[in-house]
Formats: sequence, structure tokens, C-alpha cells
Amino acid sequence: MSQFKVKKTVAEINEKIKQGQAVVVTAEEMIGITKELGPVQAARKVDVVTTGTFGIMCSSGAFLNFGHAKPRIKASRVYLNRVEAYAGVAAVDCYIGAAQPREDDPLNKVFPGRFRYGGGHVIEDLVAGREVHLEATAYGTDCYPSRSHEARMKLKDFRDGFLFNPRNGYQNYNCAVNLSKKTIYTYMGILRPDCSNANYSTSGQLSPLLNDPFYRTIGIGTRIFLGGGIGYVVGPGTQHDPGVKRSENGVVMGGAGTIAVMGNLKGMSSKFLRGASITGYGCSLNVGIGIPIPILDEEMARFTGISDDEIFVPVADYGYDYPEGSGGPLTHVTYGQLKTGEVTIDGKKVTTAPLSSYSAALEIAETLKDWIRSGKFLLGEAQETLPSIAFEGFGD
Amino acid sequence: MKSENVLLIFRSNIMYKPLIYRLSKDFDIIFNILEAKILPRREGRILLELRGEEDQLLKGVTFLEENRVVVEHLSDKVWREEDLCVHCGACTGLCPTGALSLVRPKMEVVFDVNKCVACGMCGLACPFGAMKDITLFDPFAEGRTVN
Repeated sequence: MSQFKVKKTVAEINEKIKQGQAVVVTAEEMIGITKELGPVQAARKVDVVTTGTFGIMCSSGAFLNFGHAKPRIKASRVYLNRVEAYAGVAAVDCYIGAAQPREDDPLNKVFPGRFRYGGGHVIEDLVAGREVHLEATAYGTDCYPSRSHEARMKLKDFRDGFLFNPRNGYQNYNCAVNLSKKTIYTYMGILRPDCSNANYSTSGQLSPLLNDPFYRTIGIGTRIFLGGGIGYVVGPGTQHDPGVKRSENGVVMGGAGTIAVMGNLKGMSSKFLRGASITGYGCSLNVGIGIPIPILDEEMARFTGISDDEIFVPVADYGYDYPEGSGGPLTHVTYGQLKTGEVTIDGKKVTTAPLSSYSAALEIAETLKDWIRSGKFLLGEAQETLPSIAFEGFGD
Repeated sequence: MKSENVLLIFRSNIMYKPLIYRLSKDFDIIFNILEAKILPRREGRILLELRGEEDQLLKGVTFLEENRVVVEHLSDKVWREEDLCVHCGACTGLCPTGALSLVRPKMEVVFDVNKCVACGMCGLACPFGAMKDITLFDPFAEGRTVN
């Protein structure tokens, strides 16, 4: 690795945050700063860049402890508002997964199903302070004799509740089209036949992992904005893959890095944790995440200064290729092109639509910026960064 | 010139009576048929875009109502639940008339009810149930007539 002209540590930046002197900007603002000052001066000037994303993240859920009942119960099945929570953990612990539909949901029996209520909605209801109906059943033991327990509970009535998402914040993601002859209903939205529309899901230049493409500052212990409250990165997410093809600027050209995150549910907001119903597909949860990125040197300034025009997104066919697990990307387009509302794929003009809210992502990055500026949110230094690969340098 | 989208419901007792041509003939209204369905001997439904002078539009609609046509103004029947919308934009790629669109560079979704033709696509596409809509064919929609 080359010698850097600017060198800062997370501890030094935290000291500046405590004194209210840290310079904090959003990843969107950093683009202009790096362009204007150059990476070295930008790195001298800026201490922290804040990022944000607010999209559908199915691999999410919450561990809940509903407290011991009298007489005690060792629950073997737990339902919250008729949505099953996994109860194969200790007596009154359970895990409510975002993608779990309600027990009596007709699913896709009448296609496309609407999936109006599921685990994600339970989490939203809890965080919003609404009451949920808990039903637990058990086989009964000497120490836990009760066989059933029912209660109406709000989040404050649960002894503990924390969000634990095994895979969030995908570094980059497919842009989905449909080359088949019929309309399809996917987790990437409704796709009309013959490549008539294209859906994408990333906050691009604001996206957390796209601003630290080699995860130099992100790993277990990184303190983050999570669902409107404070959370932590607890390691690489499932399917984390740093080895995906990268463009010259080091940015991945497809889904690559992921993070596992957790945080106390009490203190989060239903504005940034929203149950989602994906027609024909299932239930899910929209999660708001923002990661602060310390500008340790000019390389980090350059990484965070990346714009939508420099991020390549693979276009994938969800009509045949994706379901079959075959084929590669049809082409690559930039996030900048996707954001205009139209891209050209194979000579055809195709309407594009985002599934991830850019305006909410910006609000998250701005909120995190305010938190850090106020001195109450310090950077958490990663105890171990996410698995990565070596960066050959920018080649100039 | 003003433009408005309306849903006309012809109940069985009037459904074969020629009325719509009078909008053009008597009130100088330009009508554009967006969608129509006739259930023989039960009910006819037609989605129309009306364009004309404001007072003439009013007179035209009054004429229809006097002739026992149920006139639903789409702008009263379709709306966005603002608190539920997260401005993701999922609806914008499917909206056929551009009634739902993204304002760049902020990427916020705006809804122009006057362009809406109540096709119902946004209702299917929105993960948060933010779009409250009626569709021409939805038997449970408001405005349904019973025999």
C-alpha cells in the first residue's frame, strides 16, 4: 500500500467529535468536495462522511423475550398477531423473521398474493408502540408447567427486544428486467414482459458499503444508524462476497459485501422500520441504515467521493435466467443512468424505477450527520473489519 | 380548458341509452375513452377523460346525472396516504400515465391525481399500501351498483 499524505485515526476523529470540531458531510456532499479540492485536501478537511439506505431487506428480524409468565412456560410455538416466531430458543425467547407471513395468509393461492401482514409488520407495529397479540403454546415440563400463554403486549412490555439482521445493506445489486412473455411478480417488483420496465434497488452514491468498497473501516463494532436508533455492525452478513468483479475505481459491479447488524429495538422508529408487502412474492421489512465512514486518508476521501455515474449495476433477466440460476448479466448500466428514469438495454429504451428510497436514504445520512456534529454519536472502531481483498490502487 | 377524469356507471335501466355523444354535441366537451366494460343487462362502466371549458364540464356532468348516470370523480376516489408513502418510487415504473412520477434530483414521488386513470397498478406495486384506489373492474370498489 502506498504512503498516504494524510493520516488520521478513528480515536483522533472521535476526539474532534467530542470537542464539536469534526467536519461531517454526507456522501452526496463529499462528491463535490473531493472534485473541488482533490482527495488529499478533501481528506485533510473532512473527518466523517455519512451514508444512508432505506430499502427492502428480507434477511431481518428481531429477538424478543416476552418475560416469564406465572406459572412459567417453555414456549415451543409462539405467534405474534398470528405470525409465527421461531421458538426453538430458550423458554420465553423467540425470533420474529421479517419474511414470515401470517398463519392464515392465502399466500399465492390466488395469484398474485398480496401478503398484507407478516413479520416485518409485527416489528413495525412494536416499534410504533402498537399492541400485538402474543400466543404461546408448550408441551409442559416439571420446571415450566404451563401449556399455553396469551397476552396483549406493547414493545415496552417485552423484557428485551433487539433487531438482529443476518444480511443487510447489500453493497450493490441487480437491476431486474423480464425477458419472458408474461408479467412476473418478483422481490424486485412487478416486471412487465419483453423487457418493458427495469427495477433497481440501491441508494448508489449514498449507499454505505459502496462508500467503503474494501471495508477498510467497517466491521464488528462499527456504530451505525439502524432503524432510526443506534445499532452496530456485528460482522459480515450472509452471502458476503468481496471477490465480485470490480471496476477500476474499486467499486463492485454486482452484489458483493453485506453486513449483519443488531441494535436495541426500543429506541428505533417505525419511520425507518416499515413492514412491506411485495405482491406475488411475500412479506418483508424496509430497514433504514446509515454508516459513518471515517476519512482516515486520501484513499478514503476518494472512495467516498464516488458518484452515481461511476457505479455500475448489472442488468439481470428475472424471466428466465434468475429463477433458473443460469446466465450472467445482460449488460451493465450506471446508477446515474438508472436514476434518469430510462436506460437503453439491447437497443431498446426501458423505463426504470427504484425500489429503495433515495430521499429517505438522504434523510438518514443527514440525521446521522446531525448526531455526529452534536457530539453524542461517536464512531465505533471496528474490532475486525469485514473480509476483503487487496486493492491494487487507482492506477494513476 | 380544463381536464378531468370521471368514472361513469350506467345501471341496467339506462345502460343502452345513447348519452355520451351529447357531451360533445351540446357542451363542446372532448371526451376520451380510457377504459370501458359492459356486463350485459347488468351494468356498464366507462372511464372518461373530459376536456372543455369549466362551466361546460359542470353542465355536461349535470346532464349525465339528470339522466341517472352515476358520475364518480376520480380525484375524489383515488388518493395517496401520505404517511404511508416512503418515496421509494416502485410505482413510478408501472404508472401508465405518469400520474406518479419522481422529482429529480431529490427523488421524491409526486402524485398528480388529474392524470390518474385508476388502473390500479400502483396499488399492486406499492409495498406499503399507500395508494388508495378504485379500479374499473374491482367488484368490491366503492361505487359498485347492486341489482
